[in-house]
Amino acid sequence: MPSEIGAVHTNGDGGLNYLNNGHGLRSWLLTKDHKRIAILYLITVSIFFVIGGVFALLIRINLLSPSGLFEPDTYNRLFTAHGVIMVFFFLVPAVPAILGNFLLPIMIGAKDLAFPKINLLSWYCYIVGACFGLVAIIAGGVDTGWTFYTPYSTSFSNSNVLLVGIGIFIVGFSSILTGLNFIVTVHTMRAPGMTWFRLPLFIWAHYATALVIMLATPVLAITVALMAIERVAHVGIFDPSMGGDPVLFQHMFWFYSHPAVYIMVLPAMGVVSELIANMSRKNIFGYKFVAMSSLAIAVFGFLVWGHHLFVSTQSVYLGLIFSFLSYAVAIPSAIKVFNWTATLFKGSISYDTPMLYGLGFIGLFLIGGMTGLFTAALGLDVHITDTYFVIAHFHYVMVGGSLMGFLGGLHLWWGKMTGRNYPEYWARAAAVIQFVGFNLTFFPQFLLGYLGMPRRYASYPPEFQLLHVLSTAGATILGIGMLMTISYFIWSLKNGTRATPNPWGASGLEWHTSSPPPTENFLTTPIVTWEAYEFAPMETMDVLGYPGEPHTPAQPVHSEHGTED
Amino acid sequence: MSEHIVSKKTYYTVFFALMLGTALTVAAAFVNLHSFNIVVALLIAGVKATLVIFFFMHVKYSSRLTKLWVAVGFIWLFLMLAITMTDYLSRAWLTYKP
Amino acid sequence: MALIETERDPARVEMHSHRHPRLVHHFESMEQQREAGTLGMWWFLLTEIMFFGGMFLAYTVYRHLYFDAFAAGSNVLNIWWGTFNTMVLIGSSLTMALAVFHAQTGNPRKVVIFLLATIVLGSVFLRVKYIEYNDKFVEHVFPAGDFRWPIVNESVRPNNIGDLLLMLVGAEHLNGAGPAEAVPEKPAINNASQTAEQAADPLMAGHVRMFFWIYFAMTGFHALHMIIGIGILLVLIVQTRRGKFSKEYHSYIELFGLYWHFVDIVWIFLFALLYLIDRHP
Repeated sequence: MPSEIGAVHTNGDGGLNYLNNGHGLRSWLLTKDHKRIAILYLITVSIFFVIGGVFALLIRINLLSPSGLFEPDTYNRLFTAHGVIMVFFFLVPAVPAILGNFLLPIMIGAKDLAFPKINLLSWYCYIVGACFGLVAIIAGGVDTGWTFYTPYSTSFSNSNVLLVGIGIFIVGFSSILTGLNFIVTVHTMRAPGMTWFRLPLFIWAHYATALVIMLATPVLAITVALMAIERVAHVGIFDPSMGGDPVLFQHMFWFYSHPAVYIMVLPAMGVVSELIANMSRKNIFGYKFVAMSSLAIAVFGFLVWGHHLFVSTQSVYLGLIFSFLSYAVAIPSAIKVFNWTATLFKGSISYDTPMLYGLGFIGLFLIGGMTGLFTAALGLDVHITDTYFVIAHFHYVMVGGSLMGFLGGLHLWWGKMTGRNYPEYWARAAAVIQFVGFNLTFFPQFLLGYLGMPRRYASYPPEFQLLHVLSTAGATILGIGMLMTISYFIWSLKNGTRATPNPWGASGLEWHTSSPPPTENFLTTPIVTWEAYEFAPMETMDVLGYPGEPHTPAQPVHSEHGTED
Repeated sequence: MSEHIVSKKTYYTVFFALMLGTALTVAAAFVNLHSFNIVVALLIAGVKATLVIFFFMHVKYSSRLTKLWVAVGFIWLFLMLAITMTDYLSRAWLTYKP
Repeated sequence: MALIETERDPARVEMHSHRHPRLVHHFESMEQQREAGTLGMWWFLLTEIMFFGGMFLAYTVYRHLYFDAFAAGSNVLNIWWGTFNTMVLIGSSLTMALAVFHAQTGNPRKVVIFLLATIVLGSVFLRVKYIEYNDKFVEHVFPAGDFRWPIVNESVRPNNIGDLLLMLVGAEHLNGAGPAEAVPEKPAINNASQTAEQAADPLMAGHVRMFFWIYFAMTGFHALHMIIGIGILLVLIVQTRRGKFSKEYHSYIELFGLYWHFVDIVWIFLFALLYLIDRHP
């Protein structure tokens, strides 16, 4: 550990930072720095996002013609690959493992996560698990859908269920380890003065997510393990012909996979809270309500899994309860949306790219959430279960919500992470294109579903063709928007302008260290004396974006101590 | 919060209580209590587990936070069991009578 | 609104100048490091609760659906081996707790002794588990193999603690019984009577098998945790002998203790749920 790490309040081009403190592949693959691990995650998760996206486009291409372009069996493998990759290898790790990993210790003023080695191990678990998934797909794919319903997956499917199962099991460890680190870090490593109610809402959201990860993922692990045992040994675990109950599999699977939806969207909500507050330069409206709503979502999210089983043999009475609870979970989500909207009111709003994604999130998540109420209604759900209505609903939440939140956060903190700014013009254009493309892709699917188009079918009656073609056109536009984003992000690494420490004049701790930050995040342990989102008036900002109040040192601070060893 | 050292005497006492519990639960299994056999068995197991958690695992001397998390773990397990069993217990309520 | 305090907190500077050599760079104090470790271990154990919870759920559901088969299956298990193993495991929990005690009071020699005792007791547990598993293979009630029900080939079972101790030390001949694997496979039971019995309840065999996969899955995952635990114990013994731990720094031993006790708790429930169904006459 070098005893001197570069000056903290410079432009980031002067001293050592986490990116240039150590060179070569080895220094990256064996790093214990949470920021570097976040970058490793960013690279690998992005690769899987692209692969999953390619499968999505193949699905849409197949549906251009009513008879389908691929063999139905191939089509089954395509949508399974899309689902498995996007859910387990992209959405679950995306925000927590990349943005959370990078920002959580910085935002609370810690030098690193509590267990850096475990953090690195988590990335290796991700890699190994993802490789299993990839091998399974290359070796012929899986045709069960990402839900692996038994007994099809255990007794009848001839595809690589086992390989993918192992992959998911291992990737589960990766998220458990990340969650473990988050919980312990938030509890034990907050900087002096960083009380619970001074934590940024991003932290609250990640804390709630970590709770869900820790309590839900092990159940997925055992479910997948039992599925694998059943597939290998055929002892009747979920096989009705031997007394097993397939609905038990569904209970166990959704005990994880419904909370998993909140694993995907809660961190994105945390990002949006930051975006909205920072981009309207205003304290978030109802801070405690937003913070507590994260915890409420985490808890309620565990009690609603049965709404995936409305058309199984699940008891109708329990279905009623699940239907009611599913409505109830809308309340904390609505609290968030109301508070974001109220935060915008009379704020000094700037329409930079992160804000565009933030606003996009609110709009799309609103549609996704409201259609969720349709599917939560016990009676109506019988009509729309397993139709494109459900597909459209959860894509509005997962893509319109999680992905928009992820991209918004990535833009907001891109300069912080890489030390370079993305090109604002292109970024805004891409955000708008993605918004248009997204709506064109998935809005027609609501109509399709309501008219009765079932999901997971390779062909369809000709009268659905117009809507399917619209959807495919939208997917193409969305794909172009994504390519733009990826391209200018890569371009900016070399050609982007240098990032300043605090371009948005925000008050969070991550803005009070250089861009990119030094290896231990801060030269001196910060002592927090202000509330979250306490914005100084714009006029008092100095050139570096720091509020120039009298008692704040205007000069860069050089520590004589460096890091302590 | 400094470390609390549990005395050897406490450990031995708990150990004998656990042994006694084991003997008790085996003995109780041979008595026909009808549907209460499982209740008694689980009750004794619960007491044994509580002893282990409180003394061997030092939770009695730990922070309220640790106590909270231990409780959360078992409550969550209970939630999963209870809600799922609600399904199995109430399925038969609705029988289709043509 | 002060942003960054430039002065170091004097208390912190004080702490840094006396950093314990085992204090990792990103923690401020040993206290913080210990708290983080403990909290992390507890959260890991919570995930373990939920992991075993999935199997407890399957157990609860199928026991509810097929109680008779579960009772029949449970009665095939040997309650004496189960009782014995429960006591062995409780004993190992005691030795582990004492190892932690001596770590806290800074007595590495006794730590090693008690860790070794824990290994020994853990191994006895696994040895007994092996005997039990072997019996189940001999009896053809291993769910993935050639499962037969009703039992065609009953293995030798100790009927009290005395028999059991004799078997454990390989002296069962003193009592006139041979080891389970030495029992010659009985010729298949009269087929007619077997089919008649099964015809009475053709689903029974499948449901007993349901009990046995749960038995093997739960005890198997439990045994796996024991094996991992013994591996870690070996590492801890080496580290203790090398003088890694002291009165101030022994969190690995303490944290491992939590893990070991947790495995004990799982077994306490497994014993009650798997071995004690419908035992009364």
